[in-house]
Amino acid sequence: MRLDRLLKQLGFYILVIVLLIFATWPFVWMFLTTFKNEHDLYNLQNIPYLFNEPPTLRHVEWLFTSTGFVRWLWNSTFISTVVVVITLAVATPAGYALARMAGRYGERLGIGMFLTYLVPPALLFIPLSPIISRLGLQDSLWALVAIYPTFTIPFCTWLMMGYFKTIPYEIEEAALIDGDSRLGALVHVVMPLTMSGMFTVVVFAFTLSLQEFVYALTFVSSTDQKTITVGVPTELIRGDIYFWGSLMAAALIAGIPTAIVYNLFLDRFLVGITGGAIK
Amino acid sequence: MGIVAKQLGIARLQRFLERSEVLGPLFMAPAILYMAAFLGLPFVLAIYFSLTNLTINNIHSGFSFVGLDNFAALFQDSIFQQALRNTLIFAIASQLLSLILGQATALVLMRNFRGKSIMRVLILLPWAVPIALGVLGWKWMYDSLYSIINWTLRALHILGPGQGPNWLGSPDLAMVSIILVHAWKAFPFAAVVFLGALTSIPQDITDAAKVDGAGFFRQMIQVNLPIIAPIVSIGLIFSTVFAFTDMSVVWLLTKGGPINSTHVLGSYAFQTGVMSGDISYGAAISLFLVPILMVAMVLTLRAMRRREL
Repeated sequence: MRLDRLLKQLGFYILVIVLLIFATWPFVWMFLTTFKNEHDLYNLQNIPYLFNEPPTLRHVEWLFTSTGFVRWLWNSTFISTVVVVITLAVATPAGYALARMAGRYGERLGIGMFLTYLVPPALLFIPLSPIISRLGLQDSLWALVAIYPTFTIPFCTWLMMGYFKTIPYEIEEAALIDGDSRLGALVHVVMPLTMSGMFTVVVFAFTLSLQEFVYALTFVSSTDQKTITVGVPTELIRGDIYFWGSLMAAALIAGIPTAIVYNLFLDRFLVGITGGAIK
Repeated sequence: MGIVAKQLGIARLQRFLERSEVLGPLFMAPAILYMAAFLGLPFVLAIYFSLTNLTINNIHSGFSFVGLDNFAALFQDSIFQQALRNTLIFAIASQLLSLILGQATALVLMRNFRGKSIMRVLILLPWAVPIALGVLGWKWMYDSLYSIINWTLRALHILGPGQGPNWLGSPDLAMVSIILVHAWKAFPFAAVVFLGALTSIPQDITDAAKVDGAGFFRQMIQVNLPIIAPIVSIGLIFSTVFAFTDMSVVWLLTKGGPINSTHVLGSYAFQTGVMSGDISYGAAISLFLVPILMVAMVLTLRAMRRREL
């Protein structure tokens, strides 16, 4: 009986360890590669999990001084920020209208909006290119500013609709009776109550834009217009030569902060994607 | 007098604008116009392009309508058929694997143990990190010469000295490698969705099942599954659609190689439509994603409706 429980406990921890190794192995190897000497990295006699030679900051230094890394970080941040502004400006009124004013069609329209989130880039990157060049945005990060709201707006409208629905209409009505106009009531009474919802929208629009790869690969080819997700795999690989140390440094430096922010807001994201079933 | 009239006019305009029938559509308009311009229009264009012979070379000099020629050509195209097959294999295999791993992770995280919260953060990393950057880590792990996977397997004596598969070098193994990365990316999401649903099962139901003598698997399938299915379905449909339509993993790991053996619809459409400039043919390829999308949308709608009951 006791042995049985011990075995069960052992099995449990083995499972924990196996899952953890699977999830984090690439990150451990990224971390080691970032700080390893070239000579240490490419010596097959060495044990790869150890620093057989003193660790070095050479790859990180090269990344910041000799590549477009800083520029790509800036581009990604800039694009994501503008996308956040567009998303908020479009999704907030739409979410409000769907929650309060669209009546019987509101529900259907809301679901229809939600479903467009499913449309993948692979379906749209080809026909979008003549539209983008007609707008004069080819090979410019502004092309991405124009395209990214197509996936942030549906999801964020859906989220905002959910938040507006949690606010009782009576609060708004009271403000209307007090002589506030409808827009006034929205701005003074309702919006302050949805601040946390809007904050979630900001974080999601930002991180979704930051993570995007396929559109960025399609529409931007000049080094100085690239985002971090495209710059790193296209510019740090020249032909068949991979600058692994700097590649891993870049993936780690840009990837981990994004992952942490995303993690912090995971629970709210889940509420959105499961339509409020998980709280 | 004039000013008063003007103010009255403005007040009347404001009252008019604030009527629900007016303000509602006004508030919806930007969102709908935006989606129509950058999602609806391209979708219609994709269908139109697929019926022409448009390429990057004749885009200005004039292209013509060719009917279903592109689709007829697709049926003769062995790379396309391979890509279609691969899309199904990748999506189904990686989803199954990620469901199993996700379910296992969720069951682990249901228990209380030391380091649980740290484990949750670490497990979520593959999903939260930008896919292009996470896949680069795997590309390096799959390296033909310096693969850390091979080194580790040799150190554990699972492989003999000097042995080691070239993970991305042969068609079959490259498929397995791609599936593994897809599952790695997707399983944390499955895990949190399952975890959320499992914790919503009332304790007395679990207890009642135990009293009635239900074993582990019986309880999972006959008791838990019916309860969590409506909750997890939408999340899982989304992640399946992603698995069907994603091209970034393939593109970053193999670019569809070796010898076009690992293409999926997305990457093959990218190669022909964007890289080679055969716009009409690329558009025809990508349109094969539409049936998958339709199924997913119908399933999502049904899942939403079921939950409201």
